[in-house]
Amino acid sequence: MFETDFTFNDLLFMLQGAGVTLAITFFAVTGGTLMGLAFGVLRASVRPWMTLPLVFVLDVFRSVPLLIQLILANAFQAIAGFGMSPFVTSCIVLALYTSAYCTEIVRGAIDAVPTVTRRAARSLGLTWGQDMTQIVFPMALRVALPSWIGLTLGVMKDSALVLWLGIFELLKSSQVLITRLQEPMFILLIAGGIYFMLSFPIARLGGHLERGWKEND
Amino acid sequence: MIEIENVHKSFGALKVLKGIDLTVDKGEVVSVIGGSGSGKSTLLTCINGLEPIDEGRILVDGTEVHARSTDLNKLRRKIGIVFQQFNAFPHLTVLENVTLAPRKVKGMGRKEAEEIAVRQLEHVGLGDKIKVYPSRLSGGQQQRMAIARALAMSPDYMLFDEVTSALDPQLVGEVLDTLKLLADGGMTMICVTHEMRFAREVSDRVAFFDQGVMAEIGPPEQIFGEAKNEATRKFLSSVR
Repeated sequence: MFETDFTFNDLLFMLQGAGVTLAITFFAVTGGTLMGLAFGVLRASVRPWMTLPLVFVLDVFRSVPLLIQLILANAFQAIAGFGMSPFVTSCIVLALYTSAYCTEIVRGAIDAVPTVTRRAARSLGLTWGQDMTQIVFPMALRVALPSWIGLTLGVMKDSALVLWLGIFELLKSSQVLITRLQEPMFILLIAGGIYFMLSFPIARLGGHLERGWKEND
Repeated sequence: MIEIENVHKSFGALKVLKGIDLTVDKGEVVSVIGGSGSGKSTLLTCINGLEPIDEGRILVDGTEVHARSTDLNKLRRKIGIVFQQFNAFPHLTVLENVTLAPRKVKGMGRKEAEEIAVRQLEHVGLGDKIKVYPSRLSGGQQQRMAIARALAMSPDYMLFDEVTSALDPQLVGEVLDTLKLLADGGMTMICVTHEMRFAREVSDRVAFFDQGVMAEIGPPEQIFGEAKNEATRKFLSSVR
């Protein structure tokens, strides 16, 4: 039968890593979404040429592999003497990376709200801000949510790359155990299971919200 | 009173309005007819400041719509507009669609806004639909909801932009009946329309637009009976 040296304490060790993964994902997605919202609204509201510098910077974050961004950012902050911990550096890089994708999700979703609907809102005397909060955001949210959930799940998995900065997140913890116990298949199976358990509720939450909206359509 | 003085408007190289002069008095119903691309709809969007104009001026109760100092959001409370496409806010119920502007723009309390909304919805025959979402309504019902939504702001003027054009033929009647009811109630209205019978029966004056110019204006009997302008006669014989 199946025998293993894997103990309960090892599982706790992995769950601690999962906590770090969750924390990095939380800060990256929260920061990235807030920045993405601001940049996306800006992109959808002003003439395209006005946001060209912003688009260029965001394109850099979307085009350069995340691993290279992490390592360069970590080296740069050390040289510049910012004294940031790898955890903070990782959160900032991942947040910028998330914001680059989120900006386009938000811009696309705002553009999907028909111009005539917005005209109707403005014709009733609603201000630009009221039009945004009462009409555009609620309608755009329905368009943006599936892509945003996908982005969040993607960032959670991409966050594994921060192990290269020496952070003990889920994958790094698994690596340590694999080196010690020499049971890669079994430990990776557990790690995969934990990733799934972290992702599943987020994916289900999206599905749940969408079903609620569908009832009105 | 709405005063339109020598209004010019272009979209790029395309001149849509070429010097429109028109005065609409309180309580008057003016129908605007004409072929597509004649500038009828553009004029309506200029009146409530959704579109800037190139030349001339538009005054609503003495306030110049396109003056820099004009608070457009405030001015728009006076001017309701209903568009050709049904512009329901799909994420709000019928009642919420109608109470949104009174609550957010006028700062009315929920209860007061709902009382007004229910009254307006009953007025347009949607009293039994207040809890449903717009997607459950027919095109005609959505259009009547849009009318109730505009009326809930108690506007002094109503602009209708081909409100029956996107409707199935059997739904046109119910919307036109709502407009007639409004006209009978003394509302000042400018209706861009393709419904000649409606224009004839309800309007005090009918204006014929041709390629950005108001070619002729007069009482319905004149326009539909003995139009002076050749283009008007040609247009009317083509739509009859």
